[in-house]
Amino acid sequence: MTGNNKKISIISFSGDFDKLVAAFTLATGSAAMNYEVNIFFTFWGLNAIKKKKGHKFTGKGLLARSFNFLMGGSNNVPLSRLNFCGLSPKLMSKLMKKRNVATLNELYNAAKDLGINLYACEMSMHILGLTLSDFDKEVKEVLGVPKFLEYSEGGDRIFI
Amino acid sequence: MAKYKLDITKDHCPMTFVKTKVELAKINTGDLLEITLTGGEPLENVPKSASEQGHKIIETKYLHNNTYLLVIEKG
Repeated sequence: MTGNNKKISIISFSGDFDKLVAAFTLATGSAAMNYEVNIFFTFWGLNAIKKKKGHKFTGKGLLARSFNFLMGGSNNVPLSRLNFCGLSPKLMSKLMKKRNVATLNELYNAAKDLGINLYACEMSMHILGLTLSDFDKEVKEVLGVPKFLEYSEGGDRIFI
Repeated sequence: MAKYKLDITKDHCPMTFVKTKVELAKINTGDLLEITLTGGEPLENVPKSASEQGHKIIETKYLHNNTYLLVIEKG
């Protein structure tokens, strides 16, 4: 909590590289402008906050572990268009560095430095056999819809 | 009262004011942060962001080639 009434809550659903960049740009920019910021990661979005950043078997159950292996973590998030088998996000990151624009990794680290509230969706975690220990330590809590509504009440809610 | 320096001339939105906020969080109340930044978006957003957080803008000075010096006192 920042002690003011400006609040923005982002539902990070997509898990695409470009949409995560958009979500984290909005989140870090808002936090720096003194907003309280919540990001609720659900479904594909959970890949961005996994402790294991590459293609690793994670979670419980053969099918869930296979899904998590195929999806990977933040090092494997695809571009929503022109992904070219995962080559484009690497080229895009290179271009962002060249142009002195923050990369997805830099934005994520900034989000942690700024104390943005990171939450994981209970239902998606259940499907994918994941627990809180499969995510980065900065992920504060596992939430269902009622808690998300409670935490985001009185602010803007954005779905990305 | 200590003085600190931050160069964000090569950064773009949102890292200009993100880096400023992170740097201001590290220093003590009353300390000064001297920021070198460019005109346009950084010059517009960095002082606005700092003021919103209760810090004081001490000085804004044009240096050269669209580069400015902004001095903020941590509130």
